[in-house]
Amino acid sequence: MPSLLDRWQQLKRDRRVVWAAYIALALLLVALPFVTDWAFGRTWVRIAAFVLLYVMLALGLNIVVGYAGLLDLGYVAFFAVGAYFYALLASPHFDVHLPFWLLLPLGAAFACVFGVLLGAPTLRLRGDYLAIVTLGFGEIIRIFLVNLNAPVNITNGPQGINLIDPVRLGDFSLAQTHSLLGASFPAVYNYYYLFLVLTLAVVFVSLRLEDSRIGRAWVAIREDEVAAAATGINTRNVKLLAFAMGASFGGVSGGLFSGFQGFVSPESFTIIESVMILCMVVLGGMGHIPGVILGTVLLVVLPEALRHLGPWQQALFGRVLADPADLRLLVFGLALILVMMLRPSGLWPSSTRRREFAAKGEEARHGKQSVYDAAR
Amino acid sequence: MLEVRGLKVSYGGITAVKGIDLEVTAGELVTLIGANGAGKTTTLKALAGLLRPAAGRIHYNGDDVTALPAFQLVRRGLALVPEGRGVFGRLTVEENLAMGAYSRRDRARIGADFDRVYERFPRLAERRRQLAGTLSGGEQQMLAIGRALMSRPSLLLLDEPSMGLAPLMVQRIFETIRRIAAEGVTLLLVEQNAKLALEACDRGYVMESGVIALADSAPRLLANPQVRQAYLGE
Repeated sequence: MPSLLDRWQQLKRDRRVVWAAYIALALLLVALPFVTDWAFGRTWVRIAAFVLLYVMLALGLNIVVGYAGLLDLGYVAFFAVGAYFYALLASPHFDVHLPFWLLLPLGAAFACVFGVLLGAPTLRLRGDYLAIVTLGFGEIIRIFLVNLNAPVNITNGPQGINLIDPVRLGDFSLAQTHSLLGASFPAVYNYYYLFLVLTLAVVFVSLRLEDSRIGRAWVAIREDEVAAAATGINTRNVKLLAFAMGASFGGVSGGLFSGFQGFVSPESFTIIESVMILCMVVLGGMGHIPGVILGTVLLVVLPEALRHLGPWQQALFGRVLADPADLRLLVFGLALILVMMLRPSGLWPSSTRRREFAAKGEEARHGKQSVYDAAR
Repeated sequence: MLEVRGLKVSYGGITAVKGIDLEVTAGELVTLIGANGAGKTTTLKALAGLLRPAAGRIHYNGDDVTALPAFQLVRRGLALVPEGRGVFGRLTVEENLAMGAYSRRDRARIGADFDRVYERFPRLAERRRQLAGTLSGGEQQMLAIGRALMSRPSLLLLDEPSMGLAPLMVQRIFETIRRIAAEGVTLLLVEQNAKLALEACDRGYVMESGVIALADSAPRLLANPQVRQAYLGE
């Protein structure tokens, strides 16, 4: 039975089909706020904007975990650093109000520095050990955010920072409703489009990185670090670069999050967030950009959609049988387990990964090839 | 070409290599044999810049390269085929070879080197689009050697190329090694299979618990009663 993916591969050979698909996708992305607003309500436009924020995060983590193979369980720290950087420099807290166009690149650079701060001491760690240290790093950042309100109040502690300036490009404030060609664009729409542009930029950078010298060096390190060093890769710098690049994506996303929400607190940056971002990367297909995006869309949309389990039960059985909040997590967990059992390389893995798992299946069926094979 | 004086390498508190002297002249095929845990691999890793020596000096082509990291040594033409082959399992054969040329800038000549590696190892040419992880052990060893050759080394360090291979495959790998040497690449070979290594090489060093116990020409080592007893099982 030809799978949907195979059929897509066949269709892909026709350039016109590819272009038509891209144009359809572009139109869909542009029309999305209007459509979702009309069909599901304004909340879903907000969720769509959040999907984009998470896509940026997941693609950032994908560099570290997917390409370079460095298991980072504290990735949310960079999101936090970016968010607080923006919040502190564009709010009444210090009464500093830097412009957005300056804050965004500075925030990315600042997160980058933190990426190197995490990367440098962990250069010699791999696998489980690296995971433990990064996990600790994520918590350290969060705990700092909670406690840096005394003796000098920097982060305003657990209360977080309020009244953060909305994103403003020159005189154009994204927080206001604008109208263009007879259509009105409320704040959420504006943010959606800004995020869309930046997400596309992040996707573009990721694609270019994947197919670059650095991208190949990352993959080589993931596969075998000693061999990578022996083939002439400066493993130290290349690993630091992975951390720094990943962190900068997180920083950008964090800054946007601050401007969008108008409020940040340490609560948003718990370990669960790191785990969720990692799930997005792994679920979709590590190291494969379309897969990571798919994973992110599912993991942001699914929990939101499952909120409706309550009303559905009401409609079906006349009363709520199970608390939707509990059920939501249950269904969510179940979905993850199913995916891992049925599609261990992710929902939409890269062609290489697919081949690898196919080869493993083959091996299991026919028994492993003997080494004598090679000598024939 | 390579001159090592008083090399010491430690892991934490344990000194695995306790001050050895070693020399490889250009064009030579030299082997370093010894039992498990004698410090052969550690020595090789230090020579390739993967480990930092605790003491001693390494001179390569007249320059002091003791503190240089691996990637700089590769650029100077010193390549290592690591123990256990270390191919990039989820990359194709072709991508693995391309990684071997990572430090090179002369694009035009890389293409020609691809052809030479494929000529040398027709099995790899047949499987160029296959993932390296799905190759047999022997093919992986060929790939690891081919990858190292892609960096155009003048000195090639080989770490246990016969490990875990079928006898016939071992023969083939050693043939390849001899041919590479005949083409003018200087080789330093670490082996546990002392007989094969000594038969293939010009000179040999015998390593025992971190020190060089014997150093002589390969035929004389093969005839040495101590060596025969300890390493050739007689």
